Amino acid sequence: MSACAAEHLLLSARGLACTVGERRLFCELDIRLAAGALIEVRGRNGSGKSTLLRVLAGLQPAQAGHLQRHAEIEYVGHKAGFSDRLTLLENVRWSLAQRGADFDPEAVRQALSRVRLHLLADELCGTLSAGQRRRAALVRLIVGAAKIWLLDEPLTALDDDGALLVRELIAEHRQRGGGVICATHGGVRMTTDDGPFQSVALGS
Amino acid sequence: MTSPLLAQFRRDLLLAIRSRSETVNPLAFFALGVLLFSLAHAGQANIGVGAVWALALFANALAAEGMFRGDDEDGTLEQLLIHRRPLFTTILGKLFAHWLLVGLPISALSPLAAMALQGSLANGGTLLASLLLGTPTLTCIGAIGAALTLGTGRGGLLLTILAMPLYLPVLIFGVGASALGNDAAFPLLALAALLAAAATVAPFAVGKALAISQEY
Repeated sequence: MSACAAEHLLLSARGLACTVGERRLFCELDIRLAAGALIEVRGRNGSGKSTLLRVLAGLQPAQAGHLQRHAEIEYVGHKAGFSDRLTLLENVRWSLAQRGADFDPEAVRQALSRVRLHLLADELCGTLSAGQRRRAALVRLIVGAAKIWLLDEPLTALDDDGALLVRELIAEHRQRGGGVICATHGGVRMTTDDGPFQSVALGS
Repeated sequence: MTSPLLAQFRRDLLLAIRSRSETVNPLAFFALGVLLFSLAHAGQANIGVGAVWALALFANALAAEGMFRGDDEDGTLEQLLIHRRPLFTTILGKLFAHWLLVGLPISALSPLAAMALQGSLANGGTLLASLLLGTPTLTCIGAIGAALTLGTGRGGLLLTILAMPLYLPVLIFGVGASALGNDAAFPLLALAALLAAAATVAPFAVGKALAISQEY
């Protein structure tokens, strides 16, 4: 425990292994996420990035290994986690209540304007475009207090402006002492600063 | 701070108001069933309460099927499960909203339905009481079945088969109470006991089944 306190370890996994059907996605995988760190999970389509994030989020058990989380998490997966038949504001309100957090209308308005959705706060989520839905999912990161962010290809469907926003959010979160694990493919770097950075390659 | 229970309750009522056809379907099924039985039973007076109870059970099973499908498809369940908070109160809120939308209106309609089927309001009060005690149990059982069959895609028939053995005691005590009329204290107490057991166990069972449904 003293080692954890010394380097503010947020999440640690040892010897993770996962097999889907006959395919072994990863095995003997070690991950240590410290405060302020960014871990990029890289790999081709189907290499197990999403599965790894789901395992780390606790949505799915690993076949082997040991996982310890020392802080709350936020997870942005491929599904937005917002109901199409509720407005943006109603969805955010529900999310906050389920996290045991207060609904502060001003903070939520600010978060919505940060992702440029403040004019759509009272629109049904079903009327939003794919990119706007991704932006909406970012609101949970902004208003939530979780230290660990698990982001599954957060740039999907976002325009240049949106991609920049994601990088800014990640940088701010790390400055506040949060940690980010982000799945990505292609040559996109999730960060421009030089804080603790690690890259995990899957499917090699 | 809004409690998870209230927030979930509010959310499910809003969703029900915004998708009226799904909300009205089980009630329409119940009303149509009553209409068909009243035309088909040809004056055999004994069919009344039994038919009302069987139709209430089927309408509940029908309504239970889609209980978690929307939440599964849009990622709401993932968001609930990553927080590792006990889902007990959230699920209780969901069950209560579901009962308010399905079980309560069916119970309220039941004296009318009984009158349509047996031509008199005899035992209408006991029928109402038995359904008010029995339908929340049906909701709990349906929710467990719906959560268990969530990963299997379209679980309609599977759900009904899976939940039927659990539905049966409720049906038997319910019909028993309704048939006994004024002396129905024992079956009504049995229904209350079943409800207490179901309301205690169902939120845990549903939470566990939902967590399993997200593994693939």
